[in-house]
Amino acid sequence: MTEFVYLYRGYEPPASPEEMQKKTAKWMTWLKELSDKGHVKSLGDPLQPGGKVVKGKKKQVIDGPYAEAKDVVGGYSIIVAKDIEQAVGFSLGCPIFEDGGSVEVRPIGQPTLGDGY
Amino acid sequence: MDIEEHFFRHEFGRIVATLTRLFGVRNLALAEDVTQDAFCRAMETWKLRGLPKNPSAWLMAVAKNRALDILRRERTARVSEPALTRFLESEWTLVPTVEEAFSVYAVKDSQLRMMFSCCHPDLSEEAQIALILHILCGFSVKEIAQAFVSSHAAVEKRITRAKKILAESTQLFDLADTDFPSRLSSVLQALYLLFNEGYHGSSPEAAVRMELCQEAMLLMNLIIEQPALVTPQSYALAALMYLNAARLPTRLDGSGNLVSFFEQDRSLWNHTLVAEGQALLDLSAAGTELTKYHIEAAIASMHISAARVEDTDWQQIVSLYDMLMAIHPSPVIALNRAIAIAQLDGPERGLQEIRLIHDLHRLSSYPFYPATLGELELRRGNYPVAKAHFSTALSLARNPMERNFLQRRIDTCKES
Repeated sequence: MTEFVYLYRGYEPPASPEEMQKKTAKWMTWLKELSDKGHVKSLGDPLQPGGKVVKGKKKQVIDGPYAEAKDVVGGYSIIVAKDIEQAVGFSLGCPIFEDGGSVEVRPIGQPTLGDGY
Repeated sequence: MDIEEHFFRHEFGRIVATLTRLFGVRNLALAEDVTQDAFCRAMETWKLRGLPKNPSAWLMAVAKNRALDILRRERTARVSEPALTRFLESEWTLVPTVEEAFSVYAVKDSQLRMMFSCCHPDLSEEAQIALILHILCGFSVKEIAQAFVSSHAAVEKRITRAKKILAESTQLFDLADTDFPSRLSSVLQALYLLFNEGYHGSSPEAAVRMELCQEAMLLMNLIIEQPALVTPQSYALAALMYLNAARLPTRLDGSGNLVSFFEQDRSLWNHTLVAEGQALLDLSAAGTELTKYHIEAAIASMHISAARVEDTDWQQIVSLYDMLMAIHPSPVIALNRAIAIAQLDGPERGLQEIRLIHDLHRLSSYPFYPATLGELELRRGNYPVAKAHFSTALSLARNPMERNFLQRRIDTCKES
């Protein structure tokens, strides 16, 4: 089994409290199902929209990330799956796609290196 | 753990009212923004981590902290209700004042003040209702437009204009104000119309209609929970809502079709609501004023106390309609009175009464006017005439449920 991080990128916040509630319930159902099957290592956390970016040799500190809304990472979860195909498969039920967002699926670390390093 | 139905919507209304109490009614937009922000945070967190132990307290805490940030940053009268400015400007009293505003009692008080503020005399009844639904019940413009079968643009315009008028007030309505009794009448009328829109309304969505009735009852409960605010007419309106709501489940059959009053399965009426409604009706029998709410609740109660349609005391119901016509004449009430007379003295008498209705032309686009003519002609055995009336009614039907219902009545005429 390998650990993967899901990076949730970009979405449109629902227009009304009722729609927010429905959306929240959908996410909770989706993650609970994965979790009940033992595939969730960490439910993760949301990331607040603002922040700072430190970059370059001069360690310049700028406000950001001011990427386009659709590219901003809004949160993450850590998933356990046997391979990338399975991890991608699990992500297909994520409600983020209904709102034009995306899930970036990335394997964590390099388990083949073993304990020796 | 599942989220309670409409939890977000209801909490939204509670928090907007509370924040408006702190920021002042002219900063309604700020209160709405802060609330929206708290909900976005809740959604982002809960969708990943699941619900906290006490979702309501969680939301209130986020909103409260945001309010403290804003009040500390501004430290001016610009963002506070005039009566509270003094307390919000000093760090000594800021936190206790904000804490107090978020207490259970104060939140309800703010909701009531907001409800009374929404019924501003400069606003039309439609605007008052739209504002109540938007601010206190957390409905979006789109959802209100759906519920009232109006266009998005029309509802948006109505709400924007209404908010402007509301924001011009110096503060939320003071429940101790001398205007209280007249404002209470407007509030009750708005809740009455809101409930009726759900009960008889023209919206095609059964679910939406049920929600409007529920919202009206929740707001009504806020009023009758406050001993200082309760009048016999408030109890009467509450009784009317409970007694009608008890019959709501039988207005539609399993496939969502409208069921004629005479064919409803009375065993499915909600007996808890019946009992509460009757208790409220008893409480309303005080004072000297007899309102339309009293009489309409009494009519509902007469229907409820009959185990079968045949057991109905139509004589009594006709006299109640006579009283209603005396204090609040309207062609719809006259039509219902004629139906009761037809039950008592036969369809010919009913038809005769309908012909005597004073401003019959006002019913010209009301589908249940020709439908009633059809019903009475059907009972007289005049099938072709009945069918023609039902066809007229069908052409006026406002939603698929009404259309199906009337189509089935036309089919009955053909079979007979």
